Amino acid sequence: MTVSRLPVDLQGVYALWVRDITRFVRAPSQVVGALLTPLLFLVFLGTGFSGAAIPGIPEGVDYLQYIVPGVVGFTLLFGASFAGLAILADRDVGFLKEILVAPVSRTSIVLGRVAGGSTTALVQSLLILLLSIPLGFRVRRPLLAPLALVVLLLLAVTFVGFGIALASQFRDSQGFGILVQFAILPLFFLSGALYPLDQLPTVVQYLGLLNPLTYGVDALRGVLVGNAAYPLVVDFGALALGAVVMVVVGAALFERVEAG
Amino acid sequence: MAAIRVEGLGRAFGDTVAVDEVSFEVGRGELFGLLGPNGAGKSTLVGMCCTLLRPTAGTATVSGHDIRAERAAVRGSIGVVFQETALDEELTGVENLVFHARLYGLSRARRRERVPEVLDLVDLADVADDTVDTYSGGMKRRLEIARGFLHEPAVLFLDEPTLGLDAGTRRDTWEYIRALNDRGVTVVMTTHYMEEADALCDRVAIMDNGAVVALDSPTQLKAGLGGDVVTVETADRVTGLPDRLRGVDWVRGVEVTGGGLGVTVDDGARRVADVVRLADEAGVTVSAVDRRAPSLETVFLDLTGREVRAGGDSGLAEPAAVGGRGDELGAARASGPDGGE
Repeated sequence: MTVSRLPVDLQGVYALWVRDITRFVRAPSQVVGALLTPLLFLVFLGTGFSGAAIPGIPEGVDYLQYIVPGVVGFTLLFGASFAGLAILADRDVGFLKEILVAPVSRTSIVLGRVAGGSTTALVQSLLILLLSIPLGFRVRRPLLAPLALVVLLLLAVTFVGFGIALASQFRDSQGFGILVQFAILPLFFLSGALYPLDQLPTVVQYLGLLNPLTYGVDALRGVLVGNAAYPLVVDFGALALGAVVMVVVGAALFERVEAG
Repeated sequence: MAAIRVEGLGRAFGDTVAVDEVSFEVGRGELFGLLGPNGAGKSTLVGMCCTLLRPTAGTATVSGHDIRAERAAVRGSIGVVFQETALDEELTGVENLVFHARLYGLSRARRRERVPEVLDLVDLADVADDTVDTYSGGMKRRLEIARGFLHEPAVLFLDEPTLGLDAGTRRDTWEYIRALNDRGVTVVMTTHYMEEADALCDRVAIMDNGAVVALDSPTQLKAGLGGDVVTVETADRVTGLPDRLRGVDWVRGVEVTGGGLGVTVDDGARRVADVVRLADEAGVTVSAVDRRAPSLETVFLDLTGREVRAGGDSGLAEPAAVGGRGDELGAARASGPDGGE
């Protein structure tokens, strides 16, 4: 028996990841449930406004093409918020104590949660991307498409980190659940997912520029459809920065969580 | 070297002192009990020893590691079974154990050896691949005990290990705890069940209001009471009977209670008839007689003037303990809730 002196205990991170994946695979109804809302957006907004001339969207880009990256980003946001909820659910059922009393650092626990939550959110958003193809979505730049995975991963890490930071401020899952439901839609609307940000009042545009999802959605458009508003370097830089900041903040706040 | 050395350890929550600077030692390989009513501070004490709660006074060493300065080393050397279930019920028994083994850094080979071994030890091998939500309360408890022991800790903490289990399951659980202790693990368990502490523990620390009020083996604690208690309920006043009994050589003590007498005697079974005869001779009408061999229950009563269960909610028991003289306690409590007399 050795006690790791390193701040990160890889086996502990792996244990938490395996647990999240096992639970994810075992609860297909939850996976399907999480896909329903984004699917509704795709079907009703994407096909409904298909062919409509929306101000700010470049000509020749169908609305469905425009909206798919946004809805994929939304799916990820939705999936990632469950990672924060999972920490509180663990507290509700007492399992958090089992994790906190183990000889692994808090940073390892946060990283394990980020790994598990990101993986499941990533799978969900990829499923939405696949489902959008029969609806008429076309990947225009197949060579760049693998980069979409990187974008999704960075986004997932960012929002799981955000979820953990937020969850560590709550003692029960109910209050957190209400707040998350309240927070998800503004993040979605302020990301340029449904329409370009420059259609909004200037002040609101600035808010959108602080939203990591803005860069994620834009980067997805860049690599999948080819109509990004910002240079890809800016998008990826902002995403990487967001991911690092959120994980560090999440770990710092989780450090103070008491078991009781 | 002692397995646990507690030195002036205390914890306050705001103005409330949950544990009041207690000190004691637990020997290596001992099965040690912390006995007391709910709210006595047992769980807080264990929480501090497990590094889950930070002390506000004093410190303790577990396996030679300081609980304040060497938290990671302490965590690596202990196993904990919490009062409330702490299992992932969506995972199977094996998956819960494997998760634990990974968190505690067991190698793959060691894990494959230990997991079946501990499952066997608590007789859960048959249901190892079922998800935990299908387990009964007793099975969950056993799985947690197995898990606490999985990484071969030097000290295993069990917080109320049989709380909420039926009598048969509790006795089974005792056997598993004994089996672990026989393998050399130091076990520290909290309980508010007197007979549990009596049946299982090598030594018992009796806690009340955050302090350790007695610490010895159950046998010694009971011997300290001096003998069996014969309780005599009388129909009318006891008049000269107490003095008469005090003059008899086999009577150790006489206590006048609300409805009669408590007589401490050497050999209760034989002396019940004598007590009744003496009462008869004194002209006192006896309506009921009972004999109680010394139990940890009576030890606790003797030490604190309260019964463990009655004292369960210490907030309610407090006024009685403060307000009444010792010999009136029983009556005061009996008339309390239903407002009689």
